[in-house]
Parts: sequence; C-alpha cells; structure tokens
Amino acid sequence: MTVGAYELIVVGASWGGLHAFSELLDQLPDDFGAPVALAQHRSIDARRGGLEDLLQLHTRWHVREAGDKMPIERRHVYVAPPDYHLLVERGSFALSVDERVQFARPSIDVLFESAADAYGSQLIGVVLTGANEDGAAGLARVKAAGGVAIVQDPHEAERATMPQAAIDATSADAILPLNEIGAFLYGLCCAAPAREVTT
Amino acid sequence: MAAPEARNGSPAPAREDVEPLETELLLEAINRRYGYDFREYAAASLKRRLWRRIHAEGLESVSGLQEKVLHDPACMERLLRDLSINVTSMFRDPSFYLAFREEVVPLLHTYPFTRIWNAGCSTGEEVYSIAILLQEEGLYERTRIYATDINEAVLETARAGVFPLDKMQDYTQNYIRAGGKRAFSEYYVAAYDGARFQRSLTDNVVFAQHNLVSDRSFNEFNVIICRNVMIYFDRSLQDRVHRLFYESLAMFGILALGHKEAINFTPHASAYEAIDPHEKLYRKVA
Ligand SMILES: C[S@@+](CC[C@H](N)C(=O)[O-])C[C@H]1O[C@@H](n2cnc3c(N)ncnc32)[C@H](O)[C@@H]1O
Repeated sequence: MTVGAYELIVVGASWGGLHAFSELLDQLPDDFGAPVALAQHRSIDARRGGLEDLLQLHTRWHVREAGDKMPIERRHVYVAPPDYHLLVERGSFALSVDERVQFARPSIDVLFESAADAYGSQLIGVVLTGANEDGAAGLARVKAAGGVAIVQDPHEAERATMPQAAIDATSADAILPLNEIGAFLYGLCCAAPAREVTT
Repeated sequence: MAAPEARNGSPAPAREDVEPLETELLLEAINRRYGYDFREYAAASLKRRLWRRIHAEGLESVSGLQEKVLHDPACMERLLRDLSINVTSMFRDPSFYLAFREEVVPLLHTYPFTRIWNAGCSTGEEVYSIAILLQEEGLYERTRIYATDINEAVLETARAGVFPLDKMQDYTQNYIRAGGKRAFSEYYVAAYDGARFQRSLTDNVVFAQHNLVSDRSFNEFNVIICRNVMIYFDRSLQDRVHRLFYESLAMFGILALGHKEAINFTPHASAYEAIDPHEKLYRKVA
C-alpha cells in the first residue's frame, strides 16, 4: 500500500448496502477527491434517479449514475445503473447487458475485475454488507493486481455472507467496522498530495 | 504478486503487459482471416469475452486462442457466439414500448407505408415484440421490418420464433406494462420445444445478416431501432454507426436507442430532436 497513489475506489454492496454506503459517504471529508464507483444490487423497477438522490444527501461531491463512455472524474460518486453491468476502462466507464453474474446485474465482480485490469495497484476495492457472494472473486482480482482490498467486518455488517465470502477469497488488507472505513480510506488517499486522474 | 485468479470464466491478470499486444494481434488475425472486425469494440467487455472463450477451450493465453482460431473455423464460430452478446428479451424495458405506442405510432399512422430496421436484433425477441405492438395498433399490414444481426446463428433462432417457455411469465408481465391490448398467450402456443409464436408475426419481416462495422446501408427507413448494441463499441465506431443510421433514415425518421445510450456527443446530435429523452427516442430533423 502506498499512500496517495490511488486513482479510483470501487465499492460493492448488496443487502443493507444503501444504508452502509451512505454512512461511508458521511465519513469522507470534503478534501477527499478520489472518484468512487458503487455497484449496489438493486431492483430494475427502482425509481429513476432515486438512489442517486438519496446518496446526494450524504456528500458534497457530484453523485451520478455512471453512463456508457462517461469520463471518470475526481470528486464524483458514480452508481451503476440498474440492469446493466458497470465496467471500468482507463479513465472512463463502459456498460454492458451481458448475462447476470452470480444472479446480479450490476455485478460487483464485473466492476471490480475490470477496474483491477484498468487501474492495477492504483485501485482500492471495498466490499460491504450483502447476503450473497458477489464481489469475492472481484476483490481477489483487485488484490492480485496489486490494489488494496478492504472488507467490512462481517460481525457488524447487516448481512455477513458477502463480506465473509470476500475475506475467504483473498487476504484482505483491512477488515474494519463500517465507521472506521472512511478514516482508513482517507489515510490511504489523502495523507500525501492527491494526484490528478489521468484520462 | 499473488497467483492469478480465474473464476467465472473471467480473465486472469496478465503475467506481463503483453496482453494488449496479443489482443491486437488476435483481432487483426480474425479480421484478415474471417472478415469480422472487432478491433473497435469496447475493450473491457471484449476482454471478459475473450477470456471466457480461452478458458472454455482449455487454453492459457490470448495468443493461444489466436493460434486455435486461425486453424479451426469451428473455434471461430464459438468465439463469434461469445463476442456477439445475444442477451435479449421480449418487451425489454416495457416503458420504451409504451412510449413507442404513445409517441411514435401516431406518427406512423400518417405514413402510407413504413420501413423499420431492427439492427442487432439478436434471437428476435425484440422483432416479435415490435410486430405484436404494430399489429395491435393496426400498422403491421403496411410495415416491413428488416431485422439484422452480425451473427447468423441467432438469426436462425429468430426465424424459428420459438422461445423458452419458462420466460413467458416474465414476458407476459413486460407485455402488460408495455401497454399490451390482448392476452399475451394469444400470440403463442406452448409446444414441446418452447413457446411457438404465430407465424403471421413474421409475414412482413425480412431477416438478414448485416455487420454494422463493415456493411453499408441497404435501404431508406422511417424507423431504426438499435438497442444495446452500440454500448459494445468504442467511441469512434459508435460515431461511424451513427453516421450509417443518419444516412439510412428518411427525413423525420425515428431513431430508437437503448436506455443507457444517448445521442448527445455524437457527430449527428444536432440533426435529431428528442421525442422522449428518457426512452431514447429521437427524430431526424435536419
Ligand atoms: C445485447 S444484444 C441486443 C439485442 C436487442 N437489440 C436488445 O436490446 O434486447 C446485442 C446484439 O448485437 C449484435 N451485434 C454485435 N456486433 C454487431 C455488428 N457489428 N453488427 C450487427 N450486429 C452486431 C450481437 O450479435 C447481438 O445479437
């Protein structure tokens, strides 16, 4: 782990994720600039823009639904649209309607694996609460590509299955209660001068 | 670095960074040997697909796949199936069909005859959905639908019009939410091999292989429906396909894209006005 060298944070969450991710956003100070991309399992029928609006209440950065070919910018939080996989290329997002992975679209694995390929050691992956095993293979890939793997402590997560599967799949750099993840990210990203995202 | 992980048929991290080079060479080889040009497909998704095939063939690298593909046309067939992501469903995004009914159908009623191009139609679920909608709106008799895809194998399925029975419950829900006017089950009979859709739904449909990357326009259309195809292309290829569509649309013709595809930022953006920006329905006005 090298302080200040991170260009992107990917977060995966399922059952209980909205609450957990909101709390994580609350913890991140304003000068924290690294872009964050969230894959949250959600219903296709969810109201358009509803999740983004809710999350916007918890941060002063721009919360956006990630779009196809959308550039990845600092001080932005991107949310995977319902019923699409969100993939990361260097500097931008891509969407796909490929089969569900682990019954999920968006799939956390797809987001994490593509982000690991694009950002390697400049990536941080965070697996939060959930009642399935999506994200475990993805977090292992983040780690294998030299990135940082963080998992919410299953004992205090609303659902333990997903963080536990992630812990079983790779040697996480940190297993933390939710209320300490923000400070940990801040330490990784901001203790040294932040760099610009290269697009 | 930890040992490469490979799960779900997904890619293992490159040992060194020769993989982009191997990929470039593979795509070049496929193009020269078979005439399929995937060089401008979106990289991240393409990579997942290539690795799925590499694992399925029991191979270990992109160059291994190149060797096999070059010598074995059957392997190319299998790769083509992987690369053309054929996921689709009937009345996918019901709100789109509802908007089509409410906002496009009245325009089509003013034409004596309508030509529709359904580009990237996959196994045909979209074509049958459109045909049903047009029949219910009294337009089908004066419409011709050209349904095209790069992949001949999916067109075979589309021509047959037999879809999995276990999907019918979902499709019925979609159909109702799409503003369907009858009972969805009137359109098919349950047979041993699946739900067989009425033959009459394809009376005015022409199925044909067409590659959006390399083939030209073949007619002038009043409506072009191309949903969830261009997200697999990179920016420059998207722009070229937009030009193809622009040139193939009659004045005041309709362009329908997938929910997450927008016309903004394409070179022809200013030539269209949005009929329904959320449903990605546009009309050519210049
Ligand atoms: C995800 S499916 C979309 C099916 C349908 N339009 C829908 O939205 O449900 C994408 C389709 O595009 C086709 N396709 C991919 N590349 C193509 C190309 N260069 N020319 C024509 N079709 C292509 C694939 O074979 C596949 O059937």
